Amino acid sequence: MANVPVHEWTLLEAARKVREKEISSRELTGAILARIEALDPIVHAYVTVLAEGAAAQAAACDEEQAKGTLRGPFHGVPIGLKDIFCTRGVRTTCGSRILRDFLPPYDACVAERILAAGAVLTGKHNMDEFAMGSSTETSFFGPTRNPWDVSRIPGGSSGGTAAAVAAAMCFAGVGTDTGGSIRQPASLCGVVGVKPTYGRVSRYGMVAFASSLDQGGPIARTVADAAALLGVIAGYDRRDSTCVDIPVPDYLAAVERPVKGLRVGLPKEYYEGEGLSPEVRAAVEKALKALTDQGAVVVEVSLPHTEYALSTYYLIAPAEASSNLARYDGVRYGHRAEGASGLIEMMSRTRAEGFGDEVKRRIMIGTYALSAGYYDAYYGKAQKVRTLIRDDFTKAFEAADVLLTPTAPTPAFRLGEKTGDPLTMYLSDIYTIPCNLAGIPGISVPCGFSSEGLPIGAQLLSKPFREETLFTAAGAIERAIPVRRVAPVRG
Amino acid sequence: MAFETVIGLEVHAQLSTRSKIFCACSTAFGASPNENTCPVCTGMPGVLPVLNRKAVEFTIRTALATSCAVQRRSVFARKNYFYPDLPKAYQISQYELPIALGGHIDIEVDGGTRRIGITRIHMEEDAGKLIHEGEFAGAQASLADLNRCSVPLMEIVSEPDMRTPEEGGAYLRRLHDVLVYLGVCDGNMEEGSFRCDANVSVRPVGREAFGTKVELKNMNSYRNVEKALEYEVRRQVELIEDGGEVVQETRLWDANAGVTVSMRRKEEAHDYRYFPDPDLLPLIVDDSWVEELRGTIPEMPAEKIARLEAQYGIPRYDAGILASTRALADFFEASAAIYGGNPKTTANECVHWKDAVLAGTLSPETIAHAVEDRERGTISATASKKLVELVLSTGKPFRTLRDEQGLTQLSDASALDLLVDKVLAASPKEVEAYRAGKEGLLSFFVGQVMKESRGKANPKVVREVLKRKLG
Repeated sequence: MANVPVHEWTLLEAARKVREKEISSRELTGAILARIEALDPIVHAYVTVLAEGAAAQAAACDEEQAKGTLRGPFHGVPIGLKDIFCTRGVRTTCGSRILRDFLPPYDACVAERILAAGAVLTGKHNMDEFAMGSSTETSFFGPTRNPWDVSRIPGGSSGGTAAAVAAAMCFAGVGTDTGGSIRQPASLCGVVGVKPTYGRVSRYGMVAFASSLDQGGPIARTVADAAALLGVIAGYDRRDSTCVDIPVPDYLAAVERPVKGLRVGLPKEYYEGEGLSPEVRAAVEKALKALTDQGAVVVEVSLPHTEYALSTYYLIAPAEASSNLARYDGVRYGHRAEGASGLIEMMSRTRAEGFGDEVKRRIMIGTYALSAGYYDAYYGKAQKVRTLIRDDFTKAFEAADVLLTPTAPTPAFRLGEKTGDPLTMYLSDIYTIPCNLAGIPGISVPCGFSSEGLPIGAQLLSKPFREETLFTAAGAIERAIPVRRVAPVRG
Repeated sequence: MAFETVIGLEVHAQLSTRSKIFCACSTAFGASPNENTCPVCTGMPGVLPVLNRKAVEFTIRTALATSCAVQRRSVFARKNYFYPDLPKAYQISQYELPIALGGHIDIEVDGGTRRIGITRIHMEEDAGKLIHEGEFAGAQASLADLNRCSVPLMEIVSEPDMRTPEEGGAYLRRLHDVLVYLGVCDGNMEEGSFRCDANVSVRPVGREAFGTKVELKNMNSYRNVEKALEYEVRRQVELIEDGGEVVQETRLWDANAGVTVSMRRKEEAHDYRYFPDPDLLPLIVDDSWVEELRGTIPEMPAEKIARLEAQYGIPRYDAGILASTRALADFFEASAAIYGGNPKTTANECVHWKDAVLAGTLSPETIAHAVEDRERGTISATASKKLVELVLSTGKPFRTLRDEQGLTQLSDASALDLLVDKVLAASPKEVEAYRAGKEGLLSFFVGQVMKESRGKANPKVVREVLKRKLG
């Protein structure tokens, strides 16, 4: 451990070393900024790098520490944010041309909380436009590459965050997950990603995609780092009416707990599909063995409505998005088309120019699903199926404490491989989507590599507000299957 | 063929909360453009609405005062449409599940009472305002003022129960009084705090099915509502009599031209793509809150009129004027409590000095003292009016002024005896003539005594004394 390079430290190690004055925040931040400068031209995990801002923040942290004050648990440690979180005065693009130069007048709750914890903000991570995508290829700013193989995608939509964490261009980051956007890229980049219970993390200041599904959560290189970061960003915020006012437990303490007697459910529907790659199946089986070796018990469960999850999701999410994205009309902020002769033309052209194809596709699907005469058949029906999916999980959690599934059906695919076929792309999220529909928490934890050296993640799901159980089970897998967490960045 | 008119009204009332319905911005009228705005009400990316509890409370109180059933669970929905005064491109409004259903208010027309049903009451946010004038960046432009965005509104939808424009006007006035009584709306029509749209149709007398309805907008006073309804009813009847058909559409009232003008046809109506707002949880109102609020509902205008009439024995008409403004009725009762006397006189005084009463510059004591002194004959009606005016201009108490100004009337018969004797002594011929039967001369003597007293004598008492002395 003595010669581990600075950037490879875990979030908790880095925080401890700053706290114990083994390293200054300036040095620590300098190492990360140097790493970004060297690697980001290849990986392109950042839309905006805050080189000067981070250096200034680090200097301020050092000064305060010299006077005896520590801001919080992450004092002086570089952390990044997906470019979906509003940051006061710092450009927030959401991966879209329509917000290319948008400077928010306020900080998102998540941004406030990581800054209050002492984090140094490295910059804003690339993402699929408005979080719509599974590969980070729909970003207006160009794709992010998978640091394990730069010819491949990092997953998405929080691909920039997962890639930045995997390539050690920050110690951790916060992403968002609407249908798998934290867990799938975490799996594909070999890092840990947590989608908390709906209502656990405030959505205030998180640019909305699908309001009833969106949830912010940590992406980090270890389970303990993810647990610590969730502990900082979780908790009640009165500015989000859907945020739940229940105490935040000590997630870190849960990581080391034994799994003896833990009931691990295997939802059979998740293992029956044709799309599951044998290598992913084998890796997840290893994860299961790791749990049973430590005393967990296996139970088979059924989630009978799983096959309807994808279509349900692709009605609810676009419907909400069609309304959420209507505000980008060129009137008050963001892109505005030049030279329009009237209001309707200005708005239409602004949106035609400002949004990419995938966003337009979903706005159209969603607008259709909400239209008079179609509402009951589409949106209304989808809401009913959503209830059935939620009930499936409630029933499954009577028999099991956690469910173990693959996170994604395959390891990272190649850039451009699925961009021409949206439906195939949508299938990347087949294992992650039901969790969002049910509002339950999920985690993706690395559990092996493919024969091509690509990371594979296992997904664990639990009852609402039982993130501790996820950390306990993921911690056990992590201890049994120690895999390399920092990507070599190879082409 | 005789036609019957069918009218239903939709009132948008601004709730008098200090802050907006989904953010903490001020609702104050008259701020400079975009002063009362924040990221939430200007629809910045990432913002979320948080419901104002006071706005819910005000709506529940309105529901209780109009005998509506407060719904335990109601839901906010998004009404989606693009317009530059609507920053989120959707208005948050209750749609399928409003907070209150099925109430009524009673109105008085032609001396009788009619009950007008209330279909529903729901809560929603207001939009901003566009100013289509001036130049901007070298080009003709429209400017958006978002101060009104997210100002809380309550929409009160009536049943199609009104049969004449006058009933429409009476309903509006009564509803207005109820809201102002409750203190949930300032009722200011000019500032847009109380707005009304109307649905109007006609049908041959005796037919049960409704005719095709037309929605009327842009009527900003009671008078305009009545005029617009009268015009529209006439237009529809003439159209049908000429063999035409009424089309379902929205029409605007043009107050200057005195006509309604077509704005959009049914087929041009928007598809608002309503769906429940996922950013807001269903609104759950528990019974204990409703019961707590029920205790805060003051006496409503109709009840107050009946009570004033019965309790004080004043005419219903007077009671109606007093009850039209809660503050005026309260003032009347406060005055009447200080001096009982004849409440009709007190009522007259309250109505006469209404502006000062409502402006808060007059105290109930002033009116009570004025009425008491007059009824006891201490001062004359003229002096009373003069003294109240002095109270208003100087702020001094009524009776202090009365004594300072020497406006006390001579009502003491013994004091008047001297004056009367003096006058009679100076007019022996007239006295003789009177006694000979020319009784019309009594007024002459009264006039002389009044003159002698420099107007301070109480004419009534003077007359009595004269009669006694001459008789």
